[in-house]
Amino acid sequence: MAHSEQEILAGLAEIVNEETGLPADSVLPEKSFTDDLDIDSLAMMTIVTLAEEKFGVTIPDSEVKNLVTVADAVSFIAGAQA
Amino acid sequence: MTRTTLTQASGPAFTRILGLGAARGELTVTNDDIAGPIDSSDEWIRQRTGIVTRRRAAEGTGVLDLAETAARSALENAGLTGADLDAVVFSTVTYFNQTPSAAVVLADRIGATPAAAWDISAACAGYCYAIGQADALVRAGSARHVLVIGAEKMSDIIDPTDRSISFLLGDGAGAVVIGPSDTPGIGPTVWGSDGSRAHDIRQTHSWLELREDPSLGWPTLRQEGPSVFKWAVWQMAPVAQQALDAAGVRADQIDAFIPHQANQRIIDQMIKQLGLPESVAVARDIADTGNTSSASIPLATERLYREGLVHSGDLALQIGFGAGLVYAAQVIVLP
Repeated sequence: MAHSEQEILAGLAEIVNEETGLPADSVLPEKSFTDDLDIDSLAMMTIVTLAEEKFGVTIPDSEVKNLVTVADAVSFIAGAQA
Repeated sequence: MTRTTLTQASGPAFTRILGLGAARGELTVTNDDIAGPIDSSDEWIRQRTGIVTRRRAAEGTGVLDLAETAARSALENAGLTGADLDAVVFSTVTYFNQTPSAAVVLADRIGATPAAAWDISAACAGYCYAIGQADALVRAGSARHVLVIGAEKMSDIIDPTDRSISFLLGDGAGAVVIGPSDTPGIGPTVWGSDGSRAHDIRQTHSWLELREDPSLGWPTLRQEGPSVFKWAVWQMAPVAQQALDAAGVRADQIDAFIPHQANQRIIDQMIKQLGLPESVAVARDIADTGNTSSASIPLATERLYREGLVHSGDLALQIGFGAGLVYAAQVIVLP
């Protein structure tokens, strides 16, 4: 069953919290992974892989650079579920 | 008319590593030494890779010199001489002479002539590939004692302005002698390749392209770092698990985990994925040696001994992975 965007945001926030220790409530849609959350490219790959497992989607490596904000990631995952 | 029947060779049932030797480049290169041209810093490099310093060879030291030092030490530790060797398998991507191979020159330098000798090209997996070959050669009766060597002068293929891989790289050599054993000493090799990802770690251009256009300059290495990171952790941890399964060993039964020293962050994530208990000693030689490609696993092994973290008879899981993409893993009994 497809996850709602709300559920995806909450799930992503949980993954970011586990990987970086950042509070889940700081993972807001408008935040930039790099500039606001200080997540580097390797940590981003970890988050992407855990998100793939959690939501049952595939996020190609070539797509990761386009996931600038949390909202970008939420909308990509939502679209990839279809 | 009856046909004559051939004799086929067969060898001992079991093999093991008999001795190990290592050699590192003479120079210690700090992060500050190399941060300028890549607009980076000591802190950035440490945080990204876990590397504090890397060892590089002096200008006059060649890959064969590093190899010879490691090979002589491995022979001495095995209680053998070059004359006892039947084969020399040399893994390198930094020997810049098309032919003859590095292996034949090394074999002669260490008194192993007329041992069979050849090079293999399997990048950072080359050492584990060669262990797999040597194990099979001995068990098949094709050789009794085989010298396996991984030797690299990676500093010959770096670009000081490259932010993808050059700053990781170091120079060194590691060697082992493999021979017959009364008990199992080398588990099954789990190995493979994926040429569809040849671009992920690559030479900037070929030697033929350089000949056509000398303005391209000396070829150097590049990698797609994040993609390689993802592959290394989430596809290589299952390969390491397969090597454990094939050897009939559980993660909590090994004494040491000795992965290719590519990046501390990869090692940390692999430990997590494999669920290794804290009792397992983990090789982290990358911090001071850097990534020495095919030499990194034997160098890291040598360091575990030096620091008293492993002992003769311990079980170690080793896995190499890199440009190809290629990978190989096996469980071994440490010499």
